[in-house]
Amino acid sequence: MGKARDTLLAPVFDENPIALQILGICSALAVTSKLETAVTMCLAVIFVLVCSNGAVSLIRSHIPTNIRIIVQMTIIASLVIVVDQFLRAYAFDISKQLSVFVGLIITNCIVMGRAEAFAMKEGVGMSMLDGLGNALGYSVILLVVGVLRELFGSGKLFGVEIFALATEGGWYVPNGLMLLPPSAFFIIGGFIWVLRSFKTEQIEEGG
Amino acid sequence: MARDTIRKTFTVAFALCVVCSVLVSAAAVSLRPAQETNKLLDKKKNILTAAGLLGSEGGDIEALFGQVEARMIDIDSGKYLDGDPGQFDLKKASRDPVLSVAVADDRGAGIKRRSRQMPVYLVKKASGKVDKVILPVFGMGLWSTLWGFISLDRDDLNTIRGLVFYEHGETPGLGGEVDNPAWKALWKGKQAFGLDGDVQISVVRGRVDPAAEGSEYQVDGLSGATITSRGVQNMLRYWLSDNAYGAYLNSLRQEGAA
Repeated sequence: MGKARDTLLAPVFDENPIALQILGICSALAVTSKLETAVTMCLAVIFVLVCSNGAVSLIRSHIPTNIRIIVQMTIIASLVIVVDQFLRAYAFDISKQLSVFVGLIITNCIVMGRAEAFAMKEGVGMSMLDGLGNALGYSVILLVVGVLRELFGSGKLFGVEIFALATEGGWYVPNGLMLLPPSAFFIIGGFIWVLRSFKTEQIEEGG
Repeated sequence: MARDTIRKTFTVAFALCVVCSVLVSAAAVSLRPAQETNKLLDKKKNILTAAGLLGSEGGDIEALFGQVEARMIDIDSGKYLDGDPGQFDLKKASRDPVLSVAVADDRGAGIKRRSRQMPVYLVKKASGKVDKVILPVFGMGLWSTLWGFISLDRDDLNTIRGLVFYEHGETPGLGGEVDNPAWKALWKGKQAFGLDGDVQISVVRGRVDPAAEGSEYQVDGLSGATITSRGVQNMLRYWLSDNAYGAYLNSLRQEGAA
């Protein structure tokens, strides 16, 4: 049980794919200006990562090594298309805002990285747990960034006003930088700094 | 190992492709009805936005759309036609050799053919009086065709009440700023036609000086998106001219203030 727990929880803080491995940054910048899109993106990545890890692990002993990457890619791409179709059918507005970024889950290094590094070697159950753990690690960052950006950028959370905006007679002047992609860099940087202050073993040698 | 033989490679690749394509096509086919409904709803939403009926807080789209009467018109004669605008596919009709005509003078809007018929949307007040006329417009930007609606005041058929684009592929942050609410708000209250009846509306570089002469015909250009801005101007100049909606607008004028 201890191993399963580690597989699930380690990627959330100890081996966070974004904070430690610095993977999957592009979508973390693009979809986090609002919490709503960030949450949808998290759910999409959780689904894709769990299923792709499961599927790759299921057929791992049959995948010829010389075409393994394209096999993983095909599985991931199919899952992503299914997610995209679902979003268009049931969450049209959000899917319009996410636009290409749902499709770009295909190229999210986390998904491919876990398929190649973990699911090709481990059993189905463990692989799915690993997928869930890594997707949760990704989600934690996206949610933190999403909360900060939406709150300070537009004074809202999930579109509900938290800070009374100065333009509507309140006190808060929104910080426009927060709505621009570079702000996510600062927040992710800050997050990594805080994380490594607590978990000093993550600090890289040299430099 | 046995799994690296050529035969195995082909078998696995083939089996994988079959499974994945079944999965993807099943999702695409089974979800299409819901997606089509969403697209229709989205179109209605855009019409309502152009009409200024739908604020940022949203609302019941179907209920609000009850205020809107959709009609088909024949562009050349400007007369109403029978026909269900809900069934009309603008993109298809604009390409169809029978349903569309070649455009000679598109004033640079990048329109080669246009449909002979167009849907128009009449927005009514609670009293039943027509308040605004909404006309579909489209034309080339930098990368893509911009598809949108312009809303004109019914009484003078000159004052612009709103402009929205519901589909385009312009660069986010530059040409994509046609979706920016602040920019869209600039259009409200602008005059489309000059005193001589020619289309005067223009998108200018930089900011419009509100004190300058002719500023009622001018809208700020989008910075970093000269070609998209020009595209918007050209498409409006084409669609509002006598080559397109001119006849319809004239027939509305003859009807007098509704």
